[in-house]
Formats: sequence, structure tokens, C-alpha cells
Amino acid sequence: MEILLLFLPLIAAIISGFFGKYIGDRSSEIITSLFVSTSAFLSLLLFYNVITNGYENNIVIASWINSGTLNVNWSIKIDPLSSVMLVVVTVISALVHIYSIGYMSEDPHKPRFMAYLSLFTFSMLTLVSADNFLQLFFGWECVGLCSYFLIGFWFKKDTANAAAIKAFLVNRVGDFGFALGIFLIFYLFGTVNYDEVFLKVPELVNKEISLLNNSPPFPFLGTAVKSIDFICLLLFVGAMGKSAQIFLHTWLPDAMEGPTPVSALIHAATMVTAGVFLVVRCSPIFEYSVLALNVVTIIGMSTALFAATVALVQTDIKKIIAYSTCSQLGYMFFAAGVGAYNVAMFHLFTHAFFKALLFLGSGSVIHAFNNEQNINKMGSVWKKIPYTWAMMIIGTLALTGFPFLSGFYSKDAIIEFAYLKGNTTGILAAYVGIFTAFLTSIYSWRLIFKTFHGQYNNEEIKKEKIHESPIIMMLPLIILTIGSIFVGILFKDLFISHSDGYNFWNNSIKFLNPLSDDHPPLFIIIITPILVILSIPISYYLFLKNKKIVTLIINSNQFLYNLFINKWYFDELYETIFVKPAKKIGLFFWKSVDVQTIDRFGPDGITELVKLFSLKAKKFQSGHIYHYAFIMLLGFSAILTFLILN
Amino acid sequence: MDFPILSSLILLPSVGALFLLFANESTTTNRQTIKYVALFVTFLNFFISIYLWYLFDNSIFDFQFVEEKMWLKGFVNYKVGIDGISILFVVLTTFITPLCIISVNNSIKYRLKDFLIAILILESLMIGVFCSLDLVIFYLFFEGGLIPMFLIIGIWGGDKRVYSAFKFFLYTLLGSVLMLIAIIVIYITSGTTDIVKLYEVGIDPNFQNLLWLAFFSSFAVKTPMWPVHTWLPDAHVEAPTPGSVILAAILLKMAGYGFLRFSIGLFPFASEFFTPLIYFLSLIAIIYTSLVALMQEDMKKLIAYSSVAHMGFVTLGIFTLKQQGLEGSIIQMISHGLVSAALFLLVGVLYDRIHSRLIKTYGGLVSVMPKYSILLMLFTLAAIGLPGTSGFIGEFLILMGAFQDSFLVATIASLGVILGASYMLWLYRRVVFGKLINNELLKITDLNKSELFILSCLALPTIFFGFYPEPLLNTIAVSVSSLIEMYNYNLTILGNNSG
Repeated sequence: MEILLLFLPLIAAIISGFFGKYIGDRSSEIITSLFVSTSAFLSLLLFYNVITNGYENNIVIASWINSGTLNVNWSIKIDPLSSVMLVVVTVISALVHIYSIGYMSEDPHKPRFMAYLSLFTFSMLTLVSADNFLQLFFGWECVGLCSYFLIGFWFKKDTANAAAIKAFLVNRVGDFGFALGIFLIFYLFGTVNYDEVFLKVPELVNKEISLLNNSPPFPFLGTAVKSIDFICLLLFVGAMGKSAQIFLHTWLPDAMEGPTPVSALIHAATMVTAGVFLVVRCSPIFEYSVLALNVVTIIGMSTALFAATVALVQTDIKKIIAYSTCSQLGYMFFAAGVGAYNVAMFHLFTHAFFKALLFLGSGSVIHAFNNEQNINKMGSVWKKIPYTWAMMIIGTLALTGFPFLSGFYSKDAIIEFAYLKGNTTGILAAYVGIFTAFLTSIYSWRLIFKTFHGQYNNEEIKKEKIHESPIIMMLPLIILTIGSIFVGILFKDLFISHSDGYNFWNNSIKFLNPLSDDHPPLFIIIITPILVILSIPISYYLFLKNKKIVTLIINSNQFLYNLFINKWYFDELYETIFVKPAKKIGLFFWKSVDVQTIDRFGPDGITELVKLFSLKAKKFQSGHIYHYAFIMLLGFSAILTFLILN
Repeated sequence: MDFPILSSLILLPSVGALFLLFANESTTTNRQTIKYVALFVTFLNFFISIYLWYLFDNSIFDFQFVEEKMWLKGFVNYKVGIDGISILFVVLTTFITPLCIISVNNSIKYRLKDFLIAILILESLMIGVFCSLDLVIFYLFFEGGLIPMFLIIGIWGGDKRVYSAFKFFLYTLLGSVLMLIAIIVIYITSGTTDIVKLYEVGIDPNFQNLLWLAFFSSFAVKTPMWPVHTWLPDAHVEAPTPGSVILAAILLKMAGYGFLRFSIGLFPFASEFFTPLIYFLSLIAIIYTSLVALMQEDMKKLIAYSSVAHMGFVTLGIFTLKQQGLEGSIIQMISHGLVSAALFLLVGVLYDRIHSRLIKTYGGLVSVMPKYSILLMLFTLAAIGLPGTSGFIGEFLILMGAFQDSFLVATIASLGVILGASYMLWLYRRVVFGKLINNELLKITDLNKSELFILSCLALPTIFFGFYPEPLLNTIAVSVSSLIEMYNYNLTILGNNSG
């Protein structure tokens, strides 16, 4: 069953990719959607089996690399952690497949698109079901590749191509760290299989290594580095790349150049959460590294806050949601950073539903406005597309953490556990979390009000022409809406239950110190919901009733506004310190070193020299007898002198 | 003694060439026949080498299928044999050559017969290099290979072919002269040039450094390593497509093979001593040439520079002297043989149609050449070492090996992986994606059947070995581990004797 679950999407991708031309658009769409839906059904069965029977399994499909002591298999590992990911990936993917049939109906390359989606699903499944770091890395790079293909799907758009390359390269920077992490793991543990590595971690807790010389340890910048810290930090660099955390986040907003279903599947629900999955999967290592956990917390909360500030002022509907994703991923990371891995997974789980809903909903809006994405050119259409509007509202409520919707349970739990952690970073993270929740609420309602309410601002399309999307696009939205409402309350006990006795996660997540059973002070619990509820009238007032205030705020905080609207100038910074110098150095090496130095003094220089000598030597061959006779005489007398002197 | 299978492998292409010598190429049919004869010979050779691989016993570390004939009494014997490492290179050679011959249709417009003769003789010599077990024999094959390649570039090349051919010839010859002197010194001091015997006897540690440098000068030029790499871009740009393919896929590998067989095998002391030098030059090759590749305007030059970077990984892996590093290097060489061959063919496809290798000529090809775009994407991904392609296995194992030796070296080398992705994807974007602006491209035709056949032949193993590298790894495992064992053994024994 597991094998079927894994390979159905791959088969679908092959059929649609290679034979799409022959079997036609419609068949490709049906086959891919059907196969992936079957996968989703199977993974739900599996999930149920894991919950009720504690089912676990590790299937070895084939051996992959055997080199010396390095032995790596292709495998499927089923445990509570991977079963949750399987459900998220296949269910969202199946819905997105179905949605795409409607969304891409006018695209000439439908089979190719569906094939990419299925291939992505397969790659993601190999990532989550790996039982070793190398297969994880395989899936990791392959999802990156599919993301590259899908972002650049509209290959005639230059911006799309640029965004695709950017996504690939920024991820490569993350993968660079990840790969080094794997090398270090192999160096220290002699294996890359999870179980064997995790078993040996406690032995190596105090082992120190130095960065420049492999052994013995010597102090680096005054202090020796603990090997476990080092592994965790390297792995986390990989996670930062894939999950678009601050410094390596720049690709995610640009990735919105891809078709909207792609954004929902890859850049909201599944691929970008792979980084969180990695940290949770490696909890048996991270638990031993206080330093790394603190770094994870700090990066996570910085991203949460940073992305929320940028989302406040963006005007592109998809970019707002993209930054929101970035910010929510930050939440998941700082949850993991304070040791609440299960809560991070819970937020990952709920987030997948409401963020996919928001993206697909915004896709419906974009569809209705004929590919317009600027929220300043929308407005006042809620009566025209009432279902989309209603579902977007539910998605927004769930995202902001409105009481009793799914986001409420997971986000509040994160803030609580961060507070309960008790250390400085934890408490700081809790406060940042609360503030960010408020910002999240503001920008989300801004989006809703500007898109659906107020005045109609689009001059290109008549308001009468705005219409609801076809049923095939609405169906997935409805399912996601149901999910956004109920998954929080339904799975709360399973994922983050305080009571002992039953532990769903079993051994797949390691807690060195059990999570605190206490309850945080009342104000921490209630402040977030209060802020969230208050933010609705606030945004209503700001963005609909009295727009002058917004202008006033912008004018009085010109500096902050510029900072936010330019995304804190990260792109400009990277352009100046990485891209341009790389090109300049390349040109210098080529023109000045290769051509002007090596060739000039090397081969060409030698040739010139030889030529010069032969020209000189040529002069001796003058052809005049008296020249030769003179030289003979000279030589003769030289020999004679030599003989006489001896 | 059984059937001399290795000698037949070496001789067969030359016999074919001899037949062609008497052929007449006045008519088109004749030319076709000539091509078929050459194809037949090389395919036959390919099947023999596959059979050889099948017969090969990969659990033994000794050389197999050894043949020894007296040649110059008391001085040089003709001795050939293979181990797990050489068999792969022999198969690579016999695999690439027929594909090159299929590809001549479009790229070679005149003197087809002579061209095929050159290719066949070159094949003989290249197989000879990988099989020889005697230094003098090795030297003859190694240097002999220069001549046909020199002619291929000089006669069938582009506008600046004479300059490039001479640059190629002089550069490589210069290095080799020193190797010849070293071989003579070895004969004088050890009394034999038989590699197997030399492995047993070992070479006096006091001479090793100088001898190592002499061999190094030859291999470094051929690899090519920085700073003696500048002949390669010129040679590639001017060479006709099949020439580029052979040059990149096989000729460069002779140097990597030389490092494995001679530098490591014969001079463990010196290798240990010079490892930092190799690391340093390899890292420069990886980073420096990647940056240079980023800025190239000519597609062929870009791929030529990327070859230098890839070979930088190879030399890095070899001198890690770790199982993973060495195996990675061998896989990387095989993989690069397939991938660079394909990339040069793909550039050739465009050149045959539009007669330009400049990147800016193209753009938007995906809408007129879909098959081409898919294959170019595949090989681009293989070149940047994406998992699922053979390039990944090689690069990853090399870096893993390097990491065990030095964190710093592995970290810097890994940066090359990022740069590699940059220049290849940027190239792909500029050539294939975007809007079709150049009107000339509108009437361009997609891959024809023979091109599709060649490229598929290269694509299949690239992917297959990415997912299942066991056949390669199994073949080399014992030979590599015994090489490392011998290296470490010699290091301690000789170290004790001299110290």
C-alpha cells in the first residue's frame, strides 16, 4: 500500500508528461487528479491506521549508493510524523490538481502542468518518507526542481524565468549548508540513516570539533565548537532556504510569478514546510543543542515579524499572502525552537488548510478579474462572488486565529509554549508572537476589505462581467473551508495533548525534557484573541471608513514605509554584494587573468619568444660566403686557443 | 593463454581504419558506406567491451585479462590488462566513439573518410591508454592520441583552427616531455617499466617528489588544471562537434586516470606531500572557472570552462584518498563523459542549423524546438549535479570524501556547486526560455532522428546511474579499496625504511 501511495503520482506524472500529447488534455487531467486522489485516500487510511493501531513500518525498496562504509537505501518510512506529512501533501495536492483543471482551462500546456504537479507530489513524498538523510536530500532537491519548473511555467514571461532561477539558486545556498550538515553527520556517525544517527547522538554530545583542522579539536575564535551545535546549525541553514526564513526568504515572494495553484500547493502548504519538517525530524539531534534551538527561535520570530511588516504595505494580492506564509513559517520555527515540535507540526497541519484556501481563493479572485493581482484595482465585488468572498473570510479568520477556528488552536498554543519555556528567547518569542498575530490580522483584513469592499477600482473590466469561478474550482475551496474550520478543534488533542498516557508521536519526536503541563498566566492566553477580534473594526475603520488616517500614518513614518514597501532592501543588498561582484570577478578572471596574463605570458608569450629568437638566428644565415668564412675563422681560433691553453 | 581480447579491442578500430584507407569517397553512396563500415567496427568494439565487462570479475583486485609479449628485449614488454577502474573507461570510450561517428552527418562537410580514419585510430589509442600496464606503452598511447586530435582540430576546425591546434599540441607536448624523462629515470633506477612490478617494488622516496612533478606536469595540462587550462576553451571552440565530444568525454579522462594509476599508485610519498597543492589548484579550478563560465558569451566556451570546473572536482576527489572520494571521482569522470558529450552535441545541433555559438543569437527556443529543450534541460540538470542524475552521485561522494579530510576544502568546493547551478541555469534561460526575437529561429527544425538517438543513448545511462549507481560502484569498489590499501601500506613501509 505504501509503495502504491508513493508511486501513483510518479506514474501519473510520466503518463501525463510523456504521453499527454497522445491521450489529450482532458485524459491527462483526469488521470493525474485521480491517481493523486487515490494516493490521498491511501494516506488517510494509513493515518487512521497509525492513530488507532500505532502502525509503523520501514520498507526498503532498493539499495541506492554503496560506497565504502556509506550505505544508503531507497525506502519508505512510516511513523506518526511522516504519516501526518503524507496526509498534508497528498490531500492538498489532490485538491490543487482538481482546482487546476478549472484554473488552467485556457492554458495550451495542460498536460505538462499536470505532470509537474504530480512529479512534485512524488518528490515531496520521497522527502517525507525517507529513512536516511540522503534520500531526504534527494527529495529536497527534487521539490526545488519542480518548484523551478512551475514558477517558470509561463516561460515567455521574463519575470517568471528570473524568479524561477532565483528560487533555485537561493535554495541552493540553503542546500549547501544542508549538504555540509550531511557530510558532518557522516564524518561523525559513519552513517546517514536516521535511526543509527539518532541512537548515537547522546554519545557525542560533548564532542568538540574545530573548523579548520579535522582533529584534534582546537579553539576556534577562542572557543571550540560542539559538533552537535554545528550539525544542527548547518541543517538549519538548509531549512531556512527551503522554508524562506529571513536572509534566505527573497525567493518566495518572487515565486508568486508561477500559476496560483502552484503557489497554494508548493509555496504555502507543502514544500516550504519541508524545513520545519526537517527540524522536527531531527529533534533527537536538536534537543541536545541549546545554541541551535535558540538560533532557530530567534530566526523564526524575526521572520514572523519581518514578513508581517512587509505584508502590511504590499499591493499584490499573492505577495501579501506569500509574506504571510513566510511569517507563519516563522511561527512554526520558533515553536520548534522552544522545543514544542508537536505544536510546530500542528500549526503546519492547520496552516496547510487555511493557507491553501486563501491562495486558491485569491486565485478565484484573480480569475474573476482576468489576471489582475493588484488589490488597489479591485473592490466592491463581494456580492458578485459571494461564495469566494465567504470562504476567503473564513480562511482569514482561521489564519488570524479567530477563536475556535483552526488557526486559533495552533497559534495560541505556540505562544503559550514559547512563554512556558521560561528562558529569555522563549518569552521574547511569545511577545513577538502576540504582536505579529495582531499585524497578521491587520494585513489580512486589509486584503479582504480592499479586495471585496469599498469602491470598484478596475477600469479595464466592467463590474458586471465579474463572475464566480466554475464548480470544479469551488469544490476544492469548499473542502478546504471545512478543513480550516474544523481541523483545529478535531486534532488538537491528538497533536498537542497535555495528558500523559497516550502519546501520538511515539518515538518520532524526541523531548529531552517533557513539555510543561502548566498553564501560562491568563493575560497571555486571552490577549491574542482580544487583539485579533479588535483588529477587525480597526482595519475596517482604517481601510474603508477613513482612509486619510492611513495616508497620515504613511506620511509621518516615511522611513518605515519605504523600508517595508521595499521589503527591507534585501534584494538590492544581495544584488550589490553577491550578484554584481560575481559577474565582475568572472569578467576579470576571464579577460585579465586568462587572456591577458596566462595566455600572454604563457603559450603566446613563448611563441613570440621563439619567433624572436628565430628571427635573430635567421640573421646568421645571411648567405654571404664571407660571413660564414669569418665565423669559421673565429671558431677555429677559439678551438686552437683552448687547446693551447690546456 | 586465452583469446587476446584486450589486444583485439585495441587493434580492431585500427584495422577498420586500414580498410577505410583504400576506400573511395567520390560519391554520396560511397560516403555512406564508409560511415557504415566505421559504425560497424565501433559498435562491434562496443559489444566486445560490454562482453568484457560481463566477463570481468569484480571481486579480484589483481589485473585481469593480462597479455604480455616481448617487444624490445630486456627493455620494454607489451603488457596490457585491466582492473575495475580501467574497464569503465574502456567501456566509456567504446560507447562514445560510435555516437560520434553517427553525429558526423551534420558537422563534417569534407574529407569524411580521413576524419573517420582519425577517429578510429584515436579510439585504438585511447583504449590502449586505459589498458596498458607498462609505462613506455602507456606513454606511446598517451602521446599518440595527440596526433589524430591535432589533425581533427587543425583540418576540420573553425576559423582559428590552426592557432588552436598548435596551442593544444604544444601545451600538451610540453608537459609530456617531462613525463618521458621521468619514465627513463624510473627505468634506470628500478630496472623495469612494468607497472605491476613497480607497484610491488615501490620507488625510492627520495626520487618521488621530482618524478611526481614530472608526471604531474603532463597530467595537469591534460586534465586541465589551473593555470594550464587555457588551451581547452580554444580547442573546444575550434574543434568540430565530434572532436569536442571525444576531447571532453575521453581525452580529459586520460589525465584523471593517470593520476589514479601512476601518481597515487607509484608515488604515495610524493602524493601525500603534494596533496595540498592539488587541493589548492582544484579549488581554484572549481571557483575560478565557474566564475569565468558565468560571463562567457560563446556557448561552447562556457561548457569548456565548466569542464575545467568539473575536472577540478575529479582531481580533488582523487587526492582525498578516501573510498568515497576516489569512487566519486571515477563516477564523476564517467558522468562528465556522458554529460559533456551531450552538451557539446547539443551546442553542435544549434551551430549546424544557425551557424552561431553566441548565446545572444538565441532565446525562446522552447516554442520551436520542444524535444531539444527537454534534452538540454536534462543535461543541464545533470551538469549541476541534481540528485537522480549520475552527476549528483559523483559530486556528492567527492565532497563527502573531501569533507573527511578537510572541512575547509569541502566547504569551498561546495560553493562551486552553487556557482555551477548559476551559470548553467542562466545559460538555459537565455537560450531556451524567453520570447523568440530572432526571426531566423522561426524556421529552425527540432532534433532529427539520428540526433535524438544519440542524445537518448547518453540520457539513459545518465539517469539510470543516478538512481542506481550500483553497477559502477560494484565494479570499482575492490580496485579502489586495494589502491588505497596499497597506498597506505607503502606510505608506512617506505616511511619506516627511509626514516
